[in-house]
Amino acid sequence: MKELHTLTIDEVHEGYKKGEFTCSDLVRHFLDRIDKYNPKINAYLYINPKALEEAAKIDKEISEKGVDRPLLGIPVAVKDNFLTVGMPTTASSHILEGFMPQYESTTTKRLLDAGAVFLGKTNMDAFAHGSSTETSDFGPTLNPWNTGHLPGGSSGGSAAVISAQLATVAIGSETAGSIRQPAAWCGVTGFKPTYGRASRYGIVAMASSTDQPGPIAKSVKDCALVSEIIFGHDPNDATTSPKPIEKYSTVTGKEDLKGMKIGLIKEYLLPNMAGEVKEKVLEAADKLRSLGAVVEEVSLMDPKYAIGVYTVIQRSEVSSNLARFDGIRFGHERDRFNEENKRRIMLGTYTLSAGYYDAYYKKAQAVRTAIINEFDKLFETYDALIGPVSPGPALKVGASKDQPMFGEMEDILVEQSSIAGLTSVGLPCGFVDGLPIGLQITCAQLNESKALQIADCYQRNTDFVRFPDLDKTL
Amino acid sequence: MHKAQRIQPDEVRKIAKLANLPVQNEELTKFSSQFSQTVDVIGQLNEVDTAGIPETYQVNNLVNVAREDVADTYRTLSQDQALSQAKITHQGYFVVPRVIDSSDEI
Repeated sequence: MKELHTLTIDEVHEGYKKGEFTCSDLVRHFLDRIDKYNPKINAYLYINPKALEEAAKIDKEISEKGVDRPLLGIPVAVKDNFLTVGMPTTASSHILEGFMPQYESTTTKRLLDAGAVFLGKTNMDAFAHGSSTETSDFGPTLNPWNTGHLPGGSSGGSAAVISAQLATVAIGSETAGSIRQPAAWCGVTGFKPTYGRASRYGIVAMASSTDQPGPIAKSVKDCALVSEIIFGHDPNDATTSPKPIEKYSTVTGKEDLKGMKIGLIKEYLLPNMAGEVKEKVLEAADKLRSLGAVVEEVSLMDPKYAIGVYTVIQRSEVSSNLARFDGIRFGHERDRFNEENKRRIMLGTYTLSAGYYDAYYKKAQAVRTAIINEFDKLFETYDALIGPVSPGPALKVGASKDQPMFGEMEDILVEQSSIAGLTSVGLPCGFVDGLPIGLQITCAQLNESKALQIADCYQRNTDFVRFPDLDKTL
Repeated sequence: MHKAQRIQPDEVRKIAKLANLPVQNEELTKFSSQFSQTVDVIGQLNEVDTAGIPETYQVNNLVNVAREDVADTYRTLSQDQALSQAKITHQGYFVVPRVIDSSDEI
């Protein structure tokens, strides 16, 4: 039998049904692995002390009623910016140290209702301000492939947990790259929905006009299975789309990609990008062709402009969202914000201030429209757009230090799709110098099924889903 | 074309005040140079012609989303729950710092 930590959702359920192991066995196995490996990578900040108790309840349910809920007994790791009743939520910031949420986020509530068991909360850049997990007030997470390298961020803890196989699936959130980029750097699969496809209720806000939750998992299929539970309209978030969601897992398992037209964004093969990275992406394009898709080079606005747009929008929204941290109703005083948090709040205060609002904020929102228009035009012809997720593999620990624009520069290739609110899968497409490289497959708004279908077909026909041997890498 | 803009330490001090953030004197110079760096990157946006292009503030085109005007009990906290995370409470109320009669002007 395969080792328990290597199993996908379907495989776990198969094991439960056949009585090969119990949820308690699986949870205990993960807790043992977490004990052994987590101190070396700092991916989990908090372990759910009730995990085994909950697993026992689930075992009782399975013995009485069978596997009757879609995620019953699936061990999940949750990024620490999701409010969870009974587990502290810090968003990796000292300002929220000790905070016990009074209500449950929609994402985690839906997971619990579907039968999931939470193993714990994962590390992130404090308030998701970063793309390295180095701005966490509780120390950086290290990349399970090589602990001299970063896991990416802001959902770095969740991506590292999947790469190190310390949970079956994990939950992340993305404002511009925070699911896809750490997934790419850790060599796992992450899925960002269309803006408004999933609820932001109960997620510590960063930039409300682009924030979205999403799964990070071993496979596209597992991402689809989790997405069909956590996505969908929520009366508690007025920006969620009222359109019903599709059964995403039904689009997985397709034989080929005949009839699909895919654009390879040529501007995403950056001039200063290493040849080996470009090669992996071009090989992925060839693979998609061999699966029956038509892949053509397409052109989009220079991604460097998205850096400016994203910086202004995000800093502005951060300054407004983080104004609520007053140390009165919850949390501590504002002097506990770290340097990166302060920098972002102040820059946003500046771009929104009298005299600069038109020059920065309005201008950025107009360029945002120009980017959306370019995407709209491409999606008239193409089903999906592809490119690398990141300019290169995981950078070394310390790379983000004193780099006020680190995140924005590293996320250059995922910012356009985020500010346009598109849906996108990030998944492994090869290795360079022993570190994974990620491919993004981006589709028009509400075309989640198409993105997952293409990604799943590509993933099943390649062998880039690999996991590090932790006894050697850690 | 974009003209490089320097943000002076005095301006950083004023922004910090507006944002209600304590900033040490030695941080002012550092932030001032980092802000100038960031504003330079943002300045590149001036290279994009946006004449006649409207702004987008909300990307999924939902408008005027309203709900029935009735109490939403799902999102209602009891007084105890609401106060449970506050550091200082007094007889069932939040205690807040004094915000009037302050001689501190911006």
